[in-house]
Amino acid sequence: MEALWLSILLAVLVAAILLVLAVPLAYWLSQTTWRAKFLIESVIALPLVLPPTVLGFYLLTAMGANGLLGKLWMAWFGHTLAFTFTGLVVASVLYSLPFAVQPLLMAFEGVDPRLLHAALVLGASRWRSFRQVLLPLSVPGFITAAVLSFAHTLGEFGVVLMVGGNIPGVTRTVSIDIYDHVQSLDYAAANRMAIALLLISFAVLSTIYAVNRRVWSPWPNR
Amino acid sequence: MIAANSTRARLEAQFRFQRAGPRHGAFELAANFRLDPGITILFGPSGAGKSTLLDCIAGLLKPSSARIILSGETLHDTATNTFLPPQARGLAYLFQEPALFPHLSVEQNVAFGLQELAPPDRTNRAQDLLTAFRVERLAARKPAEISGGEAQRVALARALATSPRAVLLDEPLKGLDAELKSAIVDDLRAWNRARQLPILYVTHQRDEVDALGERVIAIDRGHIVAEGAPHAVLDAPRKKRLAYAAGFENHLSAVVQDIREPDGVMRVRLAGSETELEVPLAYAAVGNRVHIAIRAGDILLASRKPEGLSARNVLEGTIASLETIGTTVVCRVNAGAMFLVHVTPGAARSLELVAGQCVWLVIKTHSCHLVED
Repeated sequence: MEALWLSILLAVLVAAILLVLAVPLAYWLSQTTWRAKFLIESVIALPLVLPPTVLGFYLLTAMGANGLLGKLWMAWFGHTLAFTFTGLVVASVLYSLPFAVQPLLMAFEGVDPRLLHAALVLGASRWRSFRQVLLPLSVPGFITAAVLSFAHTLGEFGVVLMVGGNIPGVTRTVSIDIYDHVQSLDYAAANRMAIALLLISFAVLSTIYAVNRRVWSPWPNR
Repeated sequence: MIAANSTRARLEAQFRFQRAGPRHGAFELAANFRLDPGITILFGPSGAGKSTLLDCIAGLLKPSSARIILSGETLHDTATNTFLPPQARGLAYLFQEPALFPHLSVEQNVAFGLQELAPPDRTNRAQDLLTAFRVERLAARKPAEISGGEAQRVALARALATSPRAVLLDEPLKGLDAELKSAIVDDLRAWNRARQLPILYVTHQRDEVDALGERVIAIDRGHIVAEGAPHAVLDAPRKKRLAYAAGFENHLSAVVQDIREPDGVMRVRLAGSETELEVPLAYAAVGNRVHIAIRAGDILLASRKPEGLSARNVLEGTIASLETIGTTVVCRVNAGAMFLVHVTPGAARSLELVAGQCVWLVIKTHSCHLVED
């Protein structure tokens, strides 16, 4: 069960960090008229199409003793990022970034710009328009972003294996734990973990679809 | 209050706005006008740049060069690099759509612009405005729970609650019936009686111009083409495009054949055909080319040749096409030249109009307006 709690802790942390990171990013993307914004959008969406091992490989290289990120981390904290829980958090944040940015972006873009104009003309600052008009009207996007980041991190395998290795209590997440159990032919233990993961994933997805159908749903609107 | 009464509020604007949109094509708006207290109508066809003009005054769009001054305060001056953001301009701006905040109640919507007041004052002011526009009973409702006309009233109350120094209204009564319109306009006039603010009121509908107009600015293709009293600007259009703006769907090119000064009329022959029309006398000589504008709604359609009419122009033609747009049937009739005629669906049914049918057009002499090219 240690692996499950580790995964949940990782997923909660990653979802929290992502909401903080993704809100300004998505807001900027929704408002900017910059022509090259598609480049930023593509970079953010990369984890959707790249095999996790590719992303994991680059992250491992960057976080290792010879990587830029690894060297920086070494200078500050005296150890590299690779094969640590922190490294796992950093990797997962990048890996799940599109799952937080896209629903927020869609939610922000779905708010009628005239409502924001109305708020400005009524004397509200941009910050107040954002807080009191855009945010309340984007709540479903927030829920979707949080839930998807959580769920996606909970189930990740490739990136974790590459960056975190398999250190019990530090980087052994639930999906790696299941893989281990299967490798050692302990199907009963694998089954317990798999069922737990299955149930959590189902609960999470039913939450999204119950809350809203518009954002990020592969199923057509009813 | 004393200061507000002693100096008349006035908005002076002079600006140029360019948009090089790959999708909508290049567009340029050049404006130079002054608004005095009271209602000024901004009139023009769709796409003329009316909403763009309001957005520039409100600061939602940034003109490339501008000098906009409201009662002595500079809102935007590119020469001195002054640009007040929209939230600091003290304008009320009502968009074409009510744009009420859907997550707030009607009262919260109206109170949104009253942030600087203490909460109890906010509520009082919001209720005063809701009462002035007769929607006080809706205070607790959400925008989704009220009708379109009610939403327009609430939006108007919300815009005016902020004690604005000038008011911009973009087709605020679009889609409302005539009775409701005049009721809202009366409320607006009553509200402005004590304040005497400049109000710029955008519309492309003739009936609103006639109901409201003290002064009209006509705009077309991004340029102001005429200014003055409504009757002078709209009923004697001098520019061909403005004639279109004023609801003249038919534009005909013709050559003067014969001038009958004692009758105050002349006969003209339509270009490229044998069809002749009798039109009001204008400063023109025989052989001159003139342009004639006729409203599609001013032409009568008869399925048999009419007799005993005072109208001087009865033209035979055939229906080229019929199209129903809303509650209007648009008939294209070939009578030497192509005429657009508007009839009601009921009239179209009772005349049993079909394409290819032979019909007669009846046009009064004074429905033919001479237009400068």
